Amino acid sequence: MKMKTIFWTLVLSFLATTTSHAKSFVYCSEGSPSSFNAQLVTDGTSTNATAGTIYNTIVAFDIGTTKIIPALATSWEISKDKLVYTFNLRKGVKFHTTKYFTPTRDFNATDVVFSIDRQRLRNHPFHDVSGGKYEYFDGMEMGKTIKEVKVLDPYKIQITLAQPDATFLANMAMSFMSIISEEYGSKLASANKKSDIDNFPVGTGPFVFQSYAKDSVIKYAAHPQYWGTRGNIDKLIFAITPDANVRYQKLKTGECQFVNEPSPSDIPEMKKNSNLKVMQDAGLNVGYLSMNVTKKPFDNLLVRQAINHALNKKAYINAIYLGNATVAKNPLPPTIWSYNDAVKDYEYNPELAKSLLAKAGFPKGFEAEMWTLPVSRPYNPNGKKMGELMQADLAKVGIKLKLLTFDWPTYLKKASQGEHQMLQMGWTGDNGDPDNFLNTLLGCSAIASGSNYSKWCDKKFNAAVLEAKTTTDIKKRTALYKEAQKIFKEQAPWVTIAHSTVFKAMAKNIKGYKIDPLGHDYFTYVSVE
Amino acid sequence: MKFFLKKFLDLIPTLFGISLICFVMIRLIPGDPVLNLVGERGVDPARYAEMKHALGLDRSIPLQFWYFIKNAVSGNLGTSIVSNNSVWAEFIERFPATFELGTFALFFATIIGIPLGIYAAIKRNSFFDYFLMSSSLVGYSMPIFWWGLILILVFSVKLGLTPVSGRIELTFDIPVFTGLYLIDTLQSSVVKSEGFAPFWSALKHLILPSIALGTIPLAVIARMTRSSMLEVLGEDYIRTAKAKGMSKTRVVYIHALRNALVPIVTTLALLFGSIITGAILTETIFSWPGIGKWIVQSITSRDYPVIQGGVLIISFVIVMTNIIVDVIYYFLNPKMRN
Repeated sequence: MKMKTIFWTLVLSFLATTTSHAKSFVYCSEGSPSSFNAQLVTDGTSTNATAGTIYNTIVAFDIGTTKIIPALATSWEISKDKLVYTFNLRKGVKFHTTKYFTPTRDFNATDVVFSIDRQRLRNHPFHDVSGGKYEYFDGMEMGKTIKEVKVLDPYKIQITLAQPDATFLANMAMSFMSIISEEYGSKLASANKKSDIDNFPVGTGPFVFQSYAKDSVIKYAAHPQYWGTRGNIDKLIFAITPDANVRYQKLKTGECQFVNEPSPSDIPEMKKNSNLKVMQDAGLNVGYLSMNVTKKPFDNLLVRQAINHALNKKAYINAIYLGNATVAKNPLPPTIWSYNDAVKDYEYNPELAKSLLAKAGFPKGFEAEMWTLPVSRPYNPNGKKMGELMQADLAKVGIKLKLLTFDWPTYLKKASQGEHQMLQMGWTGDNGDPDNFLNTLLGCSAIASGSNYSKWCDKKFNAAVLEAKTTTDIKKRTALYKEAQKIFKEQAPWVTIAHSTVFKAMAKNIKGYKIDPLGHDYFTYVSVE
Repeated sequence: MKFFLKKFLDLIPTLFGISLICFVMIRLIPGDPVLNLVGERGVDPARYAEMKHALGLDRSIPLQFWYFIKNAVSGNLGTSIVSNNSVWAEFIERFPATFELGTFALFFATIIGIPLGIYAAIKRNSFFDYFLMSSSLVGYSMPIFWWGLILILVFSVKLGLTPVSGRIELTFDIPVFTGLYLIDTLQSSVVKSEGFAPFWSALKHLILPSIALGTIPLAVIARMTRSSMLEVLGEDYIRTAKAKGMSKTRVVYIHALRNALVPIVTTLALLFGSIITGAILTETIFSWPGIGKWIVQSITSRDYPVIQGGVLIISFVIVMTNIIVDVIYYFLNPKMRN
């Protein structure tokens, strides 16, 4: 009898070990962060685990928009020549108290200098820590833009630029400009443990880092002295779950309350489930087909225009994006200011495409290669399938397409060397500025840096985007970008395909979440009810 | 003594050969760790050269190999390009998870596989025998990613008996002592604060991945046990034992099984080597933070130091397992000593 009782007690306790914790929020993320310092990371997975969660920037994007609002700086002034930015910093901001660090002072100007100079100055004592790679800082050319960072008083900082840059404030709001503690840095330097700064983070953000079990779980606790407002989460947990299918099952069983990157095919079923909530918004992205203008016959404008006419983009929206996207006519998504709605897209017209090809000297068409995107991205969920549809469309106008693909690292390598004739690519905006699409992807300088895959350098277009970058007059910038979009469309270095919709799935009792157009997940205002 | 010395000397060229092949192979696949780091963004040529130099990838390949071997001999396997942590530290952090899962999976495969195999051998050519052998063929050819998802759907989503994935319920904070959760959850500090709930949670999390990972070994062990038993049961000494009027149970379990176990133990040891290093699919489906997943990720990101170092450690583990099996044989089987 006794044995029987013990047996059943054990069985019942075994079955009953799943307990729920009221204010815990479990986020099923798709991968492990590469670092816990937001300055070092570029991928979405690592950004979600660091920026916005652990850290703050001095100015920020209002969550859910690309509007710039005060964060660790309460206000700022810009000099008349647009070269000097003076930021007034917030007082009484506390850094996190953790098992490994107890701050003795509040956030001040030295922390800003420390955070910027670590990335900017090669001789900074922390520059080479963790490999000294600051992809974002370098990629946004902040090293060239910032000439000097000066402390005016403990709560006032002055940043002088080398030339006027209209995108500067937006760049300052990006995750790589996160503020780390100078006091913590000094403590680590004297203990000869500098690299801990990137593995055991200390920030001012809404959540305090607690622990990380590699490839498994990251735990955070709410920052009790957080300067801003936040939701009611006490414990924030990232459950690293790489398989999208498994993430969905965990959401169904309540093992997580929020899943990142739900698979598009699961969305209809998720919408039907009364315990779940699906949010959607237009993504700040563009999927496109790039034509290498340095390769024959794509150096011929008529050929590029013919291809634009030959592809039935509407069909791709249904087949590839399952209807969750809009046809793109500009490289800019329609939610970004200066989007030129007056631009007329190339209509789907195979006959016209054929006549253009004939005019270009290819009455019987030609043979070409197209590389299909080997990874699934919101801007193109299925490159191979899209390639097959394009192949069929181009065959109708006499272009025999050979589809090729490589694994992602190879794809990037070969593409950067310009080995392709045509390739599928895409982009998700970093800071909501038109420059981040038009100049970053199509500017002449982007040929050398590798992100201009069409190798297209148009003098008029380039002059317009460069002028727009150095002007802060928003009206003038808008006019210049609109003009640039017109030139782009005429010259047709790409076939713009789609701007996709972004989905987020969560438990019904989650409130306060807003979809970030820049693609990151922020939990500051999230509450569990 | 000579035997042991020879075995250990064999280790050196084996590991050197594996390192060389792995080193050359990963450089034969196109792709570049630096470009992979920057993604769609691209990088300008000067910065690209700088980054390559910082990673030591601008040296000639033989020179890179020389540095790798030189450092590996002194115990330094390099630093991951992606995470900047030492390869050895990354391995040590993940190995216990894989070891725990592998051991449990093999335990599951053994306690079910051996009795089934014995029973099938005794009931040779019966319906049960045919059924078992054909289902073991199904088990052997089961795609793990599909099987894992079916297990999750049935046991976690429909029946709610087991968790979907992970190693332990996420609200528990278990101080790492061995890295094996079944042991760490029994530390007195944990038991004092949380009772046995963390232990049960860890055990529950182990069930589905162990079944998924253990299915193929289970099929192998059942078939192996059956054939080995059949062979032994046909031996003269078994017939003699039976003729002497010994009970059937005694003949099967004492006389036959002992001898039949020798090849099974060998298979088990070899399976153990591959199971603790090859649990890639199971680890991905069940979000199990082990080394299989780690190596695959390092290949997709062209993290050369992790691939080289990881493969070297894994080969070492497998080669060592084989050596241990040989050594055990040496003691078990007097023929080998001559």
